[in-house]
Amino acid sequence: MYKYLTLIALVLLPNLSTAKVIHSERSLYRNIIVDENANQRCLKFNTKSSKTNQSCIYTDNPKKLVFNYTKLVFSSLLLINDPKSVLIIGLGGGTLSNTIHELYPQAIIDNVEIDPAVTTVARKYFGFIENNKIKTFTQDGRIFIKRAKLKKQKYDWIILDAFNGDYIPEHLLTKEFFEETKDILEKDGIISANTFSISKLYNHESATYYDVFGDFINVSNKRNSNRIILAGHNIQIPNKQIIQNKVSTLEPLLMPYGIDINNLSNSMISTKEDKDWPAATRVLTDQYSPANLLNL
Amino acid sequence: MTLKTNALIYFLAFASGFSIMGIELLGGRILAPFFGSSVHIWGSIITVFMLSLSFGYLIGGKLSTRNASLTRYGCIFIFASITVLPIVLFSQEIMAFIFTHIEDSRYGSLLASMALFFIPTIILGMISPYSVRLLVTDKERSGQVAGILYFVSTLGSALGTIITSFYMVLAFDVNDIILGFSLTLGALGLLAIVLHKSVFKNHMKITPSINIA
Repeated sequence: MYKYLTLIALVLLPNLSTAKVIHSERSLYRNIIVDENANQRCLKFNTKSSKTNQSCIYTDNPKKLVFNYTKLVFSSLLLINDPKSVLIIGLGGGTLSNTIHELYPQAIIDNVEIDPAVTTVARKYFGFIENNKIKTFTQDGRIFIKRAKLKKQKYDWIILDAFNGDYIPEHLLTKEFFEETKDILEKDGIISANTFSISKLYNHESATYYDVFGDFINVSNKRNSNRIILAGHNIQIPNKQIIQNKVSTLEPLLMPYGIDINNLSNSMISTKEDKDWPAATRVLTDQYSPANLLNL
Repeated sequence: MTLKTNALIYFLAFASGFSIMGIELLGGRILAPFFGSSVHIWGSIITVFMLSLSFGYLIGGKLSTRNASLTRYGCIFIFASITVLPIVLFSQEIMAFIFTHIEDSRYGSLLASMALFFIPTIILGMISPYSVRLLVTDKERSGQVAGILYFVSTLGSALGTIITSFYMVLAFDVNDIILGFSLTLGALGLLAIVLHKSVFKNHMKITPSINIA
């Protein structure tokens, strides 16, 4: 009897919640759903469960960032000067691109998204801005970076945010890929990668990043399950004074987006101080990358 | 053919089915760094495998009409074993070359699949019709023999797919798995040849007047 009640409840629950699906389509890669409740609009992959939220905006305040991880990405600004060329792998709703453009209107932003349907949805429902500075390329991130290397293109901020609904695609999580990415990074540039902190892959990812970049910086806060990896050519956390100066310049700029840069500056931990993975952890390579299997 | 050699032929057909699908599955892994993981990657790989299998069946069938023997059968396996090796040895160079010359990753991946998998899969495809030739003794049972053979080799393919994708990639490098397939095929080919020679010898002892070939 209870079994049936649960079943009925499960069937009814989605209807009882206020989220209303305003767009759904089956793309070449996945099911894409855009839904909306009182003040939030979200892009979802595959299912209706909130676990697969890819991107959300507040409809009454589109500037303000919804996700913690998107805010964590902006800790990168503490370590670099004003970015001039930005590469974003994985578009989602285009929130990162929009925010960076508003902060640095002169910066060139290249967005790479494999699924053209995601780009269309970003334009239509998430106010994704494109102009002569902001371009979108419908391509696999790995191929884009390989071609960029052939063309000797360089970026000073590279954001790795490609997700396929489950996790990061395997071929975007290997030593060889990170080496290729490092090759198109400017000397003082930074790579910001969005990863999960609760996964069996955590140690493998750390070992792989360390193998390619040496010491890197983990940014996370206890409240959520994302960690941002900041890596580059010999990257380190600047001294307190420099951080303080950066924080006071950035604080007013980032406040409208709901980013507390002061708080972020305290959430950074260099692997120089804390290597939180076993030394023998196997590095992920093109030859060995059972990435998504480990993540089950 | 004795019971023992028949069992060996079925086992070899099983192993070739296993290897074909194991290699096909790893093909996606091998191509991804250069051509991505879009749906067209699988389009390229499956097209090439089906195409080369179809040619393999044709050639294998033709070959079986001339002096079919367990030794020649074993040679097909050794030849397959050798043609699989370039996947391990030269795939990076081959794919890098194609990547720089072809912008469109659809045709790039198609050409790369051709370069890497076309020849070895043709050779592996030759095994099925050749097995039928060695196993069939009378017309009445030919359909049944073919049925059992398809069963065994396709079962091998199913297991090759699941074991490679579920377990082997967790433990080994892609190249090591392919090398494992190559060594297994080569060893089985040798086994067939050795067995043929010993059977041949025995026959010569017991019935020296009968022409085995």
